[in-house]
Amino acid sequence: MAISHTRETRIGGVDSAAPPRWIADHFAILLLGLVLVLLPAVASNFVLDQIVGWTLILGMIALSLMFLAGYGGMVSLVQMTVAGLAGYMITVFGASSLPSISLFWPWWVAAPVAIIIAVAFGTLAGALSARTEGIYTIMITLALASAFFYLTLQNWSIFNGFNGFTTIPAPIFLGINWKSPVALYYLILFFAGLSYVTVLYISRAPFGLALQGTRDNPRRMEAIGFNVTAHRIAAYAFAALIAAIGGILLVWLNNQISPGTAGIEATIDLLVIAVVGGLGHPIGAFIGALIYVILRTFALDSLVAVGLDGRRFQTIIGLGFLVIVLFSPDGMIGLWRRWSARARSQTGKSPR
Amino acid sequence: MTTALGHEVAPQTAQRGDRFARWISRRPVAALTIAIAVIFVLWLVFAPWPEEFENVFGRKRLFINALFNGITLGGLYFLVAAGFTLIFGLMRNVNLAHGSLYLFGGYMGYEAGVWTGSWLLSYVFAFACCALVGAAMQVLIFRRMQGQDLRQTLVTLGLSIVFSDLMVWVWGGNAIQIDTPDYLMGPVPTPIIVAIKSSGDAVFLQYPRVRLVIFIAAVLIGVGMWLALHRTRIGMMIRAGVDDRDMLSVLGYRVQLLFILVFAFGAGLAGMAGIVGGTFQSISLGEDSHFLLASLVVVIVGGMGSIPGAALGALIIGLSEQFGLVYFQNYATVATFVIMVVVLALRPQGLLGRR
Repeated sequence: MAISHTRETRIGGVDSAAPPRWIADHFAILLLGLVLVLLPAVASNFVLDQIVGWTLILGMIALSLMFLAGYGGMVSLVQMTVAGLAGYMITVFGASSLPSISLFWPWWVAAPVAIIIAVAFGTLAGALSARTEGIYTIMITLALASAFFYLTLQNWSIFNGFNGFTTIPAPIFLGINWKSPVALYYLILFFAGLSYVTVLYISRAPFGLALQGTRDNPRRMEAIGFNVTAHRIAAYAFAALIAAIGGILLVWLNNQISPGTAGIEATIDLLVIAVVGGLGHPIGAFIGALIYVILRTFALDSLVAVGLDGRRFQTIIGLGFLVIVLFSPDGMIGLWRRWSARARSQTGKSPR
Repeated sequence: MTTALGHEVAPQTAQRGDRFARWISRRPVAALTIAIAVIFVLWLVFAPWPEEFENVFGRKRLFINALFNGITLGGLYFLVAAGFTLIFGLMRNVNLAHGSLYLFGGYMGYEAGVWTGSWLLSYVFAFACCALVGAAMQVLIFRRMQGQDLRQTLVTLGLSIVFSDLMVWVWGGNAIQIDTPDYLMGPVPTPIIVAIKSSGDAVFLQYPRVRLVIFIAAVLIGVGMWLALHRTRIGMMIRAGVDDRDMLSVLGYRVQLLFILVFAFGAGLAGMAGIVGGTFQSISLGEDSHFLLASLVVVIVGGMGSIPGAALGALIIGLSEQFGLVYFQNYATVATFVIMVVVLALRPQGLLGRR
């Protein structure tokens, strides 16, 4: 964040305005955090879980994609699959309505095992695609994601095929029933906030800076002694951790998981979320997720209300995505940055 | 195989034979293993299986059917993946809308078949429609963002979302089957014994004529593409463009026109494959991502940008899918997936790919 800001002020040419803006930025995030913490006092359970909770979870999974794509230059389509695998694993090792498959281990065994398996898968996927360059990543990870989707669809012995699993409650621990909407909301908020802060921290830590170096010029990084492949694989492992936690929360929120959860459409939607939000800053993932969730929840009704066919939701998503890719490749963040830069340069000019 | 003269005269065939002989003398164990494997496969296909063998590996009819279905499915995959790999090789554009073009071609072919009643005409129509869409995509969109690989790919992704939703709108979610024309209906007898009756008579395999004809057509198209790439002037331009696009344009060749032609041809091929798919199986919602995945895996396994690689990859993936369906249903896709992972781990550029 700090880096991009210094760069931006240099371009904008208004150095004196930099410090207060930096504080203002922090102020905005802190204010947002405060609003989110106090939200349960005013919002209904529907808004809490189905809008904000879902946004935060999708934002987390998109954040893992943003981390890889924005800082590492690797557009990995396997993140939704990592989340889905973690979700499936927690139902297989933990509780569900299917005693023939689920092992009913306690959550504090099931959740770590699920996370470890998902992270191992994400790291392996990274190791496979990190050896190839650039655009190949998208092909390989898309193929892996689709393979997982068809596997969940066809396999009945572990993934219960087309039906998937239902009744996967969040556990009870620390004396709190995390199934209840408010408790679950705080659980989600905690992990989303934690992963946001961690990604921001890592982006400025030596590892994150080296990763951004491998994105900009892998050859030069190799020449000055960095192991580029190892950095990339480590980035995949970290991103998989975020996605896996998001996947488990998603299952607890929806109380079900099926092949569609990590299907091809969901995989692509996740990329749409990350790109529309913007790959330049971690907040973009959450912005994209919010737009997606609001569209998904209300677009059907509003489309019908203005006399259009509500089933054309995907066309709207696709067209919106196309407009963003064609006219603002850095997403909503880019739009906002350009807009604020223009506003600043105009106010800078007007006194003269 | 050749004399020492072969070196000096070096006609192409003699040189090839010489290389083959040298390879055998260098790797005798590998050569022997391959020879035994080939003989074993030939035995599996042509000999009637002994009873103990059938007890362990199941009926021979199943095996032969999986083999034939796998090879013919490989032909279909080749038709889809060839265009994909050609477009990728020349323009570095991962066309994620390729599956949508396949589906669009299938629907267009179906409509044309309904109008004209001719199965062959529907191929022409589907090819023309998809080629037009492909050329339009190249002219209107990709030309403006040349060299931006990721952005192009994201645009194809957006287009595929819109296309598939629009196609659901027009044709609905139901599966459509394209009728096989009368002259291709029915089975063809083949000289392959699948079982021995108790009376001692051999039962020969009967295989659908249409699948064999389409497979032969796919092979002919593949050979034709190879010849066009290696024996014609435009093919030479395409190969040069794959190797060094900028140099080709600096030399004064009309690279933009070449791009449009290749994109149109690749898209048209996908469209024709749509009719083949609609005749083999059916065309419906979701087939676009199925065939996009198939072409992705085929070119990853075979090697990006290589036509022989696409053929080899398509054959491998077609066979692995069909054998997976017959022998381990629960994990059929895992077989394909494992092949891809192994290839990526050992040879990231694909079996016949170049770095």
